[in-house]
Amino acid sequence: MKKFLNKKMLIAFAGLLTGAFIYIGCQETKEIAGTGDAAQKVYVAPGTYDEVYEFMSGGFSGQLSVYGIPSGRLFKVIPVFSQDPEKAYGYSEESKAMLNTSFGFIPWDDAHHPELSMTDGVPDGRWIFINSNNTPRIARIDLKKFETDEIIEIPNSAGNHGSPFTTENSEYVVASTRFSVPIPQKDVSISTYKENFSGTISFVKVDSKTGKMNIAFQISVPGLDYDLAHAGKGPSRDWAFFTCYNSEQAHTLLEINASRNDKDFVAAVNWKLAEKYVAEGKAKKVNTLYYRNYIDEKTGIANSEKNTSVMILDPKDCPGMIYYLPTPKSPHGVDVDPTGEYIVANGKLSTVIPVHSYSKMITAINEKQFDGDFDGIPILKYESVIAGEVKNPGLGPLHTEFDGKGYAYTTAFISSEIVKWKLGTWEVVDRIPTYYSPGHLSIPGGDSKKPYGKYLIALNKITKDRYLPTGPELCQSAQLIDISGDKMKLLLDFPTIGEPHYAQGIAASLVMPNTTKIYRIEDNQHPYAVKKEKDTRVERKGNDVHVYMTSMRSHFSPDNIEGIKVGDNVYFHVTNLEQDWDTPHGFAIQGARTSELLLMPGQTRTMVWHPQSIGVYPFYCTDFCSALHQEMQGYVRVSPKNSDIKLSFGTGK
Amino acid sequence: MDKRSRIVVAFAALLLILVFFFPIWKISLQAPQYPEGLGLHIWINQVTGENYHNLESINGLNHYIGMKKITPDSIPELKIMPTIIIFMILFGLFASFKGSKKLVVVWILLFVILAVAGLVDFYMWEYNYGHDLNPNAPIKIPGMSYQPPLLGSEKLLNITATSIPYIGTWIIGITIMLALGALYLNSEKNKLKA
Repeated sequence: MKKFLNKKMLIAFAGLLTGAFIYIGCQETKEIAGTGDAAQKVYVAPGTYDEVYEFMSGGFSGQLSVYGIPSGRLFKVIPVFSQDPEKAYGYSEESKAMLNTSFGFIPWDDAHHPELSMTDGVPDGRWIFINSNNTPRIARIDLKKFETDEIIEIPNSAGNHGSPFTTENSEYVVASTRFSVPIPQKDVSISTYKENFSGTISFVKVDSKTGKMNIAFQISVPGLDYDLAHAGKGPSRDWAFFTCYNSEQAHTLLEINASRNDKDFVAAVNWKLAEKYVAEGKAKKVNTLYYRNYIDEKTGIANSEKNTSVMILDPKDCPGMIYYLPTPKSPHGVDVDPTGEYIVANGKLSTVIPVHSYSKMITAINEKQFDGDFDGIPILKYESVIAGEVKNPGLGPLHTEFDGKGYAYTTAFISSEIVKWKLGTWEVVDRIPTYYSPGHLSIPGGDSKKPYGKYLIALNKITKDRYLPTGPELCQSAQLIDISGDKMKLLLDFPTIGEPHYAQGIAASLVMPNTTKIYRIEDNQHPYAVKKEKDTRVERKGNDVHVYMTSMRSHFSPDNIEGIKVGDNVYFHVTNLEQDWDTPHGFAIQGARTSELLLMPGQTRTMVWHPQSIGVYPFYCTDFCSALHQEMQGYVRVSPKNSDIKLSFGTGK
Repeated sequence: MDKRSRIVVAFAALLLILVFFFPIWKISLQAPQYPEGLGLHIWINQVTGENYHNLESINGLNHYIGMKKITPDSIPELKIMPTIIIFMILFGLFASFKGSKKLVVVWILLFVILAVAGLVDFYMWEYNYGHDLNPNAPIKIPGMSYQPPLLGSEKLLNITATSIPYIGTWIIGITIMLALGALYLNSEKNKLKA
């Protein structure tokens, strides 16, 4: 009995041991990912540079962040759609107008997809575009200054999600309506969705020299949810492709009601033909209202331009301009391979990844292989356009990018992995887990004709246990994966700002040499700029007081001001006279109900201050500028409204 | 003097025209916060920054130690030097025209005198800038002066200042060498004749 017990116990003990061993083994496997030579591959020695600039959308922060790859170091957060008190973006008098819309001043938005400008289908490092989803807009960021230069509102739209993907030479950036709405807006019952709701696909022309954007035309499309887009390239360069879900046209509980149909669509739009129809006068001029805000290069001041009409094409008048490609099931991303032949549609609820063929699509159009129509838009036969289906691609495929070596990489949100598969044979050749739930992925140049097939960055929505916890709200993250070999290798995890929807990377050598170091003071045409200390002054015009101030290491001029009265509107126009790279100054005054000012060398920025009670108030430099930064301060004396103290100012010299 | 030597002297004189187009001296400053460097170019008629805004930046830095602003307009030498160079060009051409060996010798001696005077003057300016400091300067270090070196490198606080003759001076050097060469050629020819 005793012996038996012992034997039983022994077996149990052995079992326990084995279990523990397996457990430890598994732990080890998890630990191994990201070690080995990974540290060496991501190590960028102090004082040396990263290979790639990676521009990541800040998601619900509304901004665009700039990272270095492979180090994963954050360099800058460029304010785009949200106010940023750090940089006075949307606070300073100069930048407020950037956030004007037909709905008024909007301090926030949800930024999704950065898209680099392209020349011949390859990122050229001039600009990067990014869309806002909530109040439909597209921004253009200049990659010399790393600042937002222009924001254009998209009228007749709601939920500008499928945007701002560019054509091969950035002739256009596109915008499409994720939320169909009555266009033009009207007061109707939501239950009349099918009769009253529609979408638009907009083509925003980009001036090839200045980058200036204007809405060339919109295409009125049936009321579905137009989700994502990509323009063709090479042979398919004249086309742009848009996924759409909700072919059920549901308007409530979409998670169930828009997931019924086996297939939704990829809309293929021949923009070259659309351009021709516009030229032929087929577009109707429709009255609307939308803003275009842009920075005047000479003054650095944002201006708002109101536009009151837009040209709209109706597909019924424009045969051959748009087709629907049936696509399983509720497709999300649509990605065109570097050759321009394959159009990969990532069906969120599909068990396969359908890949359409551009050449088959053209044949099917020519041979009229249609499967009926949707609101007058011809639906091509699935069998006639499909090139192949990737079987077993993971659950919840969302986005695909390419390495330029014949492989495609798809994120699977539900199964938390990246799946590598071969174009042409459609076989899955490798897969790697991500932590956790990747949305987009980014291979520098991965949606262009020439991907830089060395790194892949998975953009994860969930991090759970990957980092030190920070309460209920955790960071989202990027994971750097080496794709230079046959097998994908995890190199690095790093947190991101906001939610990193999409990201795009470009070789540093294409951007770095062009960087703006200073604004030349002699080129500063700001109306309130002062270029010499001796020209600094204070002027009163009724209740408005204009302070023409300069900052220079390590003093303001003037630094003592008297004669300000309660109830005045005091405009501090501060010019940073420095002309050395990396010598910004800041400006803040006690009680100002706005942000600080941050002034780059040669720049003029304005803050309005409303002194509310008498006293003497200090102002100071907020950016540690020099050894005597702490001394960079001054005072403003505020007297009663009826005081007869004269305006005086100076530095005591 | 023989024709060949006279041509060399004329050429040497005309070469001096180039001095108007290149700085004669260069002072460069190196500091940790200025990895790209800061520099001053001294020309016969002006003082400029080596790169955009360097002069203003150097003046900006110098105000911490109370050094006077370098304002080219207030330096009289910059107004005199072009005249001196023109005079030297004309003198050289005249010597060549006359074919006078003596005049060439005088010309070379004048160069030497000017060079010594120039260096002494330059030293005085540097001494003055380095020592005549505003007593209200923020940074005062007892016993410290900030005179840049006449030639070579010196560390002044966090800044390493390097002073070297630049293209204009090299050209003057070549002119002198050519003049000496002309004298030598001439004497060789005379020897042959004799």
